[in-house]
Amino acid sequence: MAARKLQIALYWGAGCGGCDVAVLDTNEFILDIAAVADIRLWPIAVDGKYKDVEAMEDGELDLTVFNGAVRNSENEHIAKLLRQKSKLVVAFGSCAHMGGIPGLANFVTREEIFTAAYLHNPSIEPGNTTIPHPETAFDGSQLTIPRFYKRVYKLNDVIDVDYYVPGCPPAADQVKAVFEAVIAGELPAKGSVVGASERAVCDDCPRVKNEKKVKHFYRPWQIMADPDVCLLEQGILCAGPATRSGCGVRCPSSGIPCRGCYGPLPNVVDQGAKFLSAVVSIIDSKDPKEIEEIIDGLPDFAGYAYRFGLPSSLLQRSVRT
Amino acid sequence: MTFEPKIVGFLCNWCSYTGADLAGTSRIKYRPNVRVIRVMCSARIDPTFVIKALAEGADGVLICGCHPGDCHYTEGNYKTMRRYPLLKRLLADYGIDDERVRLEWVSASEGKRFADIVDDMTERLCELGPSLVKSALATDAVER
Repeated sequence: MAARKLQIALYWGAGCGGCDVAVLDTNEFILDIAAVADIRLWPIAVDGKYKDVEAMEDGELDLTVFNGAVRNSENEHIAKLLRQKSKLVVAFGSCAHMGGIPGLANFVTREEIFTAAYLHNPSIEPGNTTIPHPETAFDGSQLTIPRFYKRVYKLNDVIDVDYYVPGCPPAADQVKAVFEAVIAGELPAKGSVVGASERAVCDDCPRVKNEKKVKHFYRPWQIMADPDVCLLEQGILCAGPATRSGCGVRCPSSGIPCRGCYGPLPNVVDQGAKFLSAVVSIIDSKDPKEIEEIIDGLPDFAGYAYRFGLPSSLLQRSVRT
Repeated sequence: MTFEPKIVGFLCNWCSYTGADLAGTSRIKYRPNVRVIRVMCSARIDPTFVIKALAEGADGVLICGCHPGDCHYTEGNYKTMRRYPLLKRLLADYGIDDERVRLEWVSASEGKRFADIVDDMTERLCELGPSLVKSALATDAVER
């Protein structure tokens, strides 16, 4: 009798689809996955319905790979359903791991989001008053859509998560390593961040590091950066010192500063706070007024510091939401 | 019951903590709302500490260090001086009132100054009312 195939599901919550593409970026390895596994649900690529998942036995799935954050009631419902049906759940990518880019919405209120998206926006017909409601009466019947939550949650706020694979998106070779580990049954301790290293991005960054002292911060487009020297030393904000490596240093190697998608280093509770400490330590001034002027060169610092992890920060969201 | 703000005070060992000590030994009366945590230098105060205090229910955080130029470790308080303004901007994005986090330089001889700062900050926080951070996070678990 042939060995039982692995039963797996891939799902997206509030995400962009990039994590699903990252799975496909493993190229022909995807065929190896298909050879040893049945993909029972994968909305972006495979036909499988929620009712098929509902009909499964508890624990029938060996693995769920969940990308995307939890923004609405559908995300939470399917996360809970897949948790119930699955032996292992992996939070895949920055959004499921820490809240990701959608998590930045936690700096504003639901009302502000609806106003910007549906009411007052240059691309909206003037006078529009239609915004999504969870329930609408139409033609004698009741239509329902998922309820938009007042804030964004990371996956482990709503369900128990076994492993975390960071990255926006996770690097293809790391994706491959994760599937290989599951196929081989070689699993690390529950709660581990897998497919990443224990060092900072700076440790693996090939750029030359000298003394860091800056009088001015620049946006990347404002200067011609030296391609071989540390970006922070040149006054370009780079999250390398406060970010876990494992990504292959793809961004700094190609002239783009690190934005922190692999999340905090082990034992760091708040990535943005650590990043803040690292950034101000390079300011070359002892004059409060001049210091203020230098940090004026860091517009929306909170948005940079928590670009991929606002819902996983200590404060999680603005108190206004 | 009147609102009594909870202030977490991080005081450097060499100047500010000794200054607070002087306020006590001089029998200066001041508001009892500050909970003092002694650190070896104001530079030891990781922004994480301040944020964590707020997340766990502090109504205000007071950071005190040696006056610029007086640091026992020569440069420590300059690091605090650079950290603080960016931390304030970060907290503003979280919707946290500007006056909830405060940096003051207090020397070992300034017992009176320490007492006045605590009185003033307590007064301001009484006017602002309780911080909503902790209660807001608690509601998130039940009310999406």
